[in-house]
Amino acid sequence: MSPQINTWSFFADHRAEILGATLDHLTLVVIAMTIAILIGVPLGMFIVQRPALRTIALGIASIFQTIPSLALFGFLIPIPFIGGIGKRTAIVALVLYALLPILRNTYVGLTGIDPAVLESAEAMGMTRAQILFRVRFPLALAVILAGIRTATIITIGVATIAAAIGAGGLGTFIFRGVALVSDALILAGAIPAALLALLADFLLGLLERRLKIS
Amino acid sequence: MNTKPALPPTRTIEFRDVSFHIDNTPSRVIVYGISLEIPHGETLVLLGRSGSGKTTLLKLINGMLLPTNGEVLIQGRSTAAWDPIRLRRGIGYVIQDAGLFPHFTVAENVALIPTLENWDAARTAARVEEMLQLVGLDPREFARRRPRELSGGQRQRVGVARALAADPPILLMDEPFGALDPVTRAELQREFSALARRLGKTIVFVTHDLREALLLASRIVLLEAGRIVASATPQEFLRLDHPEVRAFTSSLAMTPGAPA
Repeated sequence: MSPQINTWSFFADHRAEILGATLDHLTLVVIAMTIAILIGVPLGMFIVQRPALRTIALGIASIFQTIPSLALFGFLIPIPFIGGIGKRTAIVALVLYALLPILRNTYVGLTGIDPAVLESAEAMGMTRAQILFRVRFPLALAVILAGIRTATIITIGVATIAAAIGAGGLGTFIFRGVALVSDALILAGAIPAALLALLADFLLGLLERRLKIS
Repeated sequence: MNTKPALPPTRTIEFRDVSFHIDNTPSRVIVYGISLEIPHGETLVLLGRSGSGKTTLLKLINGMLLPTNGEVLIQGRSTAAWDPIRLRRGIGYVIQDAGLFPHFTVAENVALIPTLENWDAARTAARVEEMLQLVGLDPREFARRRPRELSGGQRQRVGVARALAADPPILLMDEPFGALDPVTRAELQREFSALARRLGKTIVFVTHDLREALLLASRIVLLEAGRIVASATPQEFLRLDHPEVRAFTSSLAMTPGAPA
């Protein structure tokens, strides 16, 4: 039997398991992304007017990005409250990875606005808060969303590694496949993860184009 | 809510020995010893080369900059003592790139200050229509467009409509027609000149174009390197004997079709 037929029959036989792992994976990504957005976007808005804090926040977020993901999961295990084995630790690590693109794009989007627009907003007597929420934020939305899109794709990929610390998801198949030297098992994790990433990229790309203001 | 204009309409602008420097470094003075009274209803043109301090004077009027020395009085009160938000809501502002909000329609742009001042919807809508007609844009055709769907001249018209929407007694204009093609510029200058006379607002207009100054001004104030070097009506201005005045008038003489 050729390996390809082997893979297809494996997919057919384990439909329910693969679907379940895909949903687990998606849950992990959605929870992590929600938290990362809730932290990253407000923090990005906050650092616009605070240069000292901006350097620190972007610096720390960049450092997390440079840590290899497997190592980051490993580092978190012994830490009390946020660490240990399982989903919670995985979500913490995924949030740390997703933070930089969201934070950076929020900051870049909010500061990359036509100076003439900001000057007239200030000169017309808009308060700082009105300028932030009614001018900067709506104009930055497409750039912020681009950051969320990048972060989502990273998170879908990195979440496969979360299986190493018992968080479940599609990585479970991949790790099992590596251990058993089974292409079919590896592909059962890799293909749905790739499809998820492509789908997320497509849908968020659509939304981003709709929000773009030229 | 407060629907009255923020400033009573009879007041003037007064500069009392104003200097402004960056970071309190005297070596980087931008304007020096400016004393200037602008009575109600005057169209004062600040004329000067790039970097002569014209825009700085405008920003000292609406409190975007505060004087390092001296004071700027609006309605008899120092800009340092004004709540900057209230001060600016009573001062219209038009700049070269119009600075329209790209995510707002034309109508929303014009309605900006009325909306911030919590006018009711019907009054705002009526005002927007009136303003668009005032600047020669048909509301039915333009109200729903976005700024990117307008020509440069149309954008500047919307900029003027937005600045006038809350009926501010003072209007500041920073080279509003500077980026337009010559034909559109001449058209807007003529229309604005008529509009200014009709509105009776106190207007401070910045330009480096002497012809524009002569057309619009009731008084021209010439700035050179941060100081006022001349102040005269357009008729007097052309006869002044000052090197910087001559520099400007000779630039005019070289332009074909200059006004006689």
